[in-house]
Amino acid sequence: MEQQQSLWEFIVQQRGKLLDQTIAHIGLTFISLFIAVLIGLPLGIFIARRKKAAAIVLNIAGILQTIPSIALLGFMIPLLGIGPLPAITALFLYALLPIIRNTYTGINEVDATVLEAASAMGFSKWQILTKVELPLAFPVILAGIRTATVINVGVATLAAYIAAGGLGEFIFGGISLNNTNMILAGAIPAALLAMLFDFLLSRVQKINLKKIRVAVVLMPFIILLLSSFYVIPSFEKNKLLAGFTPEFMGRQDGYLGLKSVYKLNIRNVVISDAVMYKAAYEKKLDIISGYSTDGRLRAFDLVILNDDKKIFPPYYAAPLIRNDVLQKYPEIENVLNLLSGKINDSIMTELNYEVDYLRRSPEAVAKDFLIKNNLYRQPRNGNKGTIHLGSKIFGEQYILINMYSMLIKGYTDLNVDTKTGLGGTKICFDAMTNNQIDMYPEYTGTGLLAILNASSATLNQLKQNEDSVYNYVADQFKKKYNLVWLKPIGFNNAYALMMRRQQSNELNVHSISELTDYINQSQN
Amino acid sequence: MIDAKNISKKFKQQTAVDAISFSVNEGENFVLLGTSGCGKTTTLKMLNRLIEPTDGEIFINQKNIRNENAETLRRSIGYALQNTGLFPHYTVAENIAVVPKLFKWSKEKIRARVEELMIKLHLSKEYYDTYPNELSGGQQQRVGLARALAADAGILLMDEPFGALDPITRTRVRNDFKNLEEFKKKTIVLVTHDVQEAFELADRICLMDKGKIVQTGKPTELLFKPANDFVKTFFDEQRLQLEYKSVTIKMLWQFLNDNGNIESSATEIAADRNVWQALECFSLNETDALIAHKNGITKKISYASLMNAFNQYKKAN
Ligand SMILES: Nc1ncnc2c1ncn2[C@@H]1O[C@H](COP(=O)(O)OP(=O)(O)OP(=O)(O)O)[C@@H](O)[C@H]1O
Ligand SMILES: [Mg+2]
Repeated sequence: MEQQQSLWEFIVQQRGKLLDQTIAHIGLTFISLFIAVLIGLPLGIFIARRKKAAAIVLNIAGILQTIPSIALLGFMIPLLGIGPLPAITALFLYALLPIIRNTYTGINEVDATVLEAASAMGFSKWQILTKVELPLAFPVILAGIRTATVINVGVATLAAYIAAGGLGEFIFGGISLNNTNMILAGAIPAALLAMLFDFLLSRVQKINLKKIRVAVVLMPFIILLLSSFYVIPSFEKNKLLAGFTPEFMGRQDGYLGLKSVYKLNIRNVVISDAVMYKAAYEKKLDIISGYSTDGRLRAFDLVILNDDKKIFPPYYAAPLIRNDVLQKYPEIENVLNLLSGKINDSIMTELNYEVDYLRRSPEAVAKDFLIKNNLYRQPRNGNKGTIHLGSKIFGEQYILINMYSMLIKGYTDLNVDTKTGLGGTKICFDAMTNNQIDMYPEYTGTGLLAILNASSATLNQLKQNEDSVYNYVADQFKKKYNLVWLKPIGFNNAYALMMRRQQSNELNVHSISELTDYINQSQN
Repeated sequence: MIDAKNISKKFKQQTAVDAISFSVNEGENFVLLGTSGCGKTTTLKMLNRLIEPTDGEIFINQKNIRNENAETLRRSIGYALQNTGLFPHYTVAENIAVVPKLFKWSKEKIRARVEELMIKLHLSKEYYDTYPNELSGGQQQRVGLARALAADAGILLMDEPFGALDPITRTRVRNDFKNLEEFKKKTIVLVTHDVQEAFELADRICLMDKGKIVQTGKPTELLFKPANDFVKTFFDEQRLQLEYKSVTIKMLWQFLNDNGNIESSATEIAADRNVWQALECFSLNETDALIAHKNGITKKISYASLMNAFNQYKKAN
C-alpha cells in the first residue's frame, strides 16, 4: 500500500517529465515505424515480384533483427553519433523485418486466379497492385506493422542510453538508483503504450472488407500524426550540451546537487556511460558526468572540472578486510598498506587506460606497476593459510586485486584465492559478511551512501571532507559489521564533471563554478 | 473475326501449343475441346495476351493484337474463368462493374447496367451489396458471367466457366446462359473438356490433342466424318447420345416418311428439336406419333420412321 501510494506520489510529482518522456517515446516509435513502412512496404512488394532478391533481403533484415538492441545502438554511435538520429535508425532497422516479411507474404498469398482475373479485366500493373494486391494483403501487412510497433515501443526504452529521450530515462535511472518507483513510472507507461497500440491495431486488423480501402488510406496519416509527437531536440550549435547518466540525473550528489548548490542550469540529455566519453570526444557532448579515474578520461583527452563546492562525496579506495582475519594473520595489515600513497588519481587513470582501453591484462599491468615501484617480490609459495580476495566487476578492481594478491604471496607465507567479478557492491559486501571472502577494495563514498545509507544530516555534518568521511565509515563498519578499513590507497574515484581539454582551455573553464559563470554569461 | 495463324507456346520443358491455326467467325460459338493438358487454356489466354505466343500471329478484326496495348485489348474482350476469380474485397455490384469503371462510365450508367445483368442472370437484388464469399458456387459463377458481359464486349473468352459446379447447378446456369441474347450475339470462344457441354453450346468444335488441333468442324462433322481414329474414339463412349443430340428433325426431313394415316394421338414438335428430344417426347407423352412442320409442309412421324430416317441420315453422311 505504502509502495503504491509513493509510486503515485512520484508520478504526480514528476508528471511534467513523465508526459515529456511519454510523448517522446510515442514519437520515436512512430517516426521509425513510419520510415520502416515507407521503405519496408515497397521493398516487400519488390521482393514479392523477384523471388531471388527475396531470400537476400529477408536474410539481411533477419540478421539485423537478431543483433541485440543495445549492441545495435552501440554500432550506431560511431556512424551517427548520439541523439534521435541513431535511435530512430536503430528502431527503424528493427521494424523493417516484420514489415518486409509480412508485405512479401501477404502479396504472395493473394489468390492467383484473382490476379489473373484482374489482368484479364484489363487492370494495369499499378491498378492490380493498388486495387487488388495491397487491399487483399492488408490484414497480413498490418499484422507486420503491429509486431513492429510493439517491438519499437519496447526497444525505444533503450533510446535513453544515447540521449534520445523516452521512458527509458526513468527506467534506467531507476535501475541505477535502485528506485523502484522511478522504474515503474517508466516501465508501466511503456507497457501500457505497447498494449494500447497492440489493441488498436488489432481492431484495425479485424476491419471488414468494405472498410479496408478506407483503412488503407488512413493508416499513413495516423502514423504520421503520431510521429509528429516527437519534437526533435534542438541541439543549438553555440551552446554547451551536457550528457548525464540516468543514475547521475536522479542523485543529490549528482545533477540535483549541481542545480541546487552550483545553480548550474545546463541543457542536458540522458545517456549511458558506455557511450558518453566517446560522445564527448566526438564533440556530440561538451560536459559529461564520469568517474574521475576512468581510463577513457585519458583515452579521449578529457579533463575534470574542479568540484570547488564539494558536492561529490569522496570515493577513496581502501582495502576492506574482516577483523577476524586480521586478528588471525596480523602480518597482512602492513602488506596491504604497502600500496597506500603510491597511486594518485592520474596514476590510477593511467592504469585503467592500459587495461580498459589498450586491453592489457590486469595482471600484467599490476605486476609492471609493482616492479616499477620496487614493491614486487617473488612468491614465497607458503602454506600458512589462504586469504580469499574478492573484486567488483570492473577493470580498476581487477588491477588492485592482482596487486594485493602478488603482495601477499611475496611478503607472507600465506596463499591467495581470488574471486573476481562479484558484480556490484551488494554482492561483494554480502560475500564478506557471509565469510566467503576476506577482503576486497571498497570506496569510502560507496560505504557511506550505498552500505551505511547515511542520512542527509550525516552528509551535511561530514561536509564531503575526505578525512571525516573515511573516519566515519571506518568507525561505523567496525561497530556494525566488524570490518576494518585499512589505509586509503590515495586515489579518489568519485563522480566528476569533465570536458574536452581543448575546450576547457579555450573557454577558460576549469571548475564547476566557472562553468556556471560561463553559461550564465553566454545566456545573457 | 479472330484469326490465329500458326501460334505456338513453348514453356521451359514442353510445347503446350504447337503451331495451330484457326479462325472464329463473328457471332460464332467456338469450343476448344480436348483432354486435360492438351493446351486449351494456353490457346485461350493467348487470345487476350494473358500469355504471349512464342510464335505465330493473332488477328482480331484484321488487327494484329501484338501491336495493341494489352490492357486496352483485354478491356474489349470479356473473360470468364472456372474459379470465377471474383475480387473477394469487392461487392457483387462492384465486381460486375469492374470493366465499366475502367471505361469510366457514369455512375448511373454503371448502376443501370449492373441491375440489368443481375436480372438477366437471375441474381436477386438483395445480393447487390454482398461479398462473393457469402454466395453459393452457382451464384458466384453467375456474377462471374455478369462481370464478363458487363462492358458489352464483342468477344467473350470462357475457360470452363461451368466446370466447378455440381451437375444440376451446371445445367441450370448453362441453360440460363444459353438463353441470354448475348450468347447468341457474341463471338464466344469457350474451353471445356466436357463433351456434352461442347455439343450443347458449340457452333463449331475445335478438338485438340497434345498441343495440336486434330479436327475443327461442326459437331455433326466430328461425329460422322471423324478425321482420324483419335476423333472417332474420343466420342465413342457417348456416341449414341451425342448423335441423337446433334441431329435435328430438320436435318432428317428428307428421310422422314409422313405417316399421316396413323389414327392415334400425336404431339406437336418444333423442327429444330433434335432426335434425343423427339425420343423423350415419345416416352414422356406416351404418344404414337409426332407432328412437325417445315416450309409449310406437315409430317406426322412414328417412332419407327424416326429411327429409320436417322439411320439413313447416318449412312448418307
Ligand atoms: N505457366 C506454365 N509453365 C509451364 N508449363 C505450363 C504453364 N501453363 C501450362 N503449362 C503446361 O502446358 C500444357 C498445357 O496446359 P493448359 O493449361 O493449356 O492445358 P489445358 O488443356 O487447359 O488443360 P486442363 O483441361 O487441365 O485445364 C500442360 O502440360 C501444362 O502443364
Ligand atoms: Mg485449362
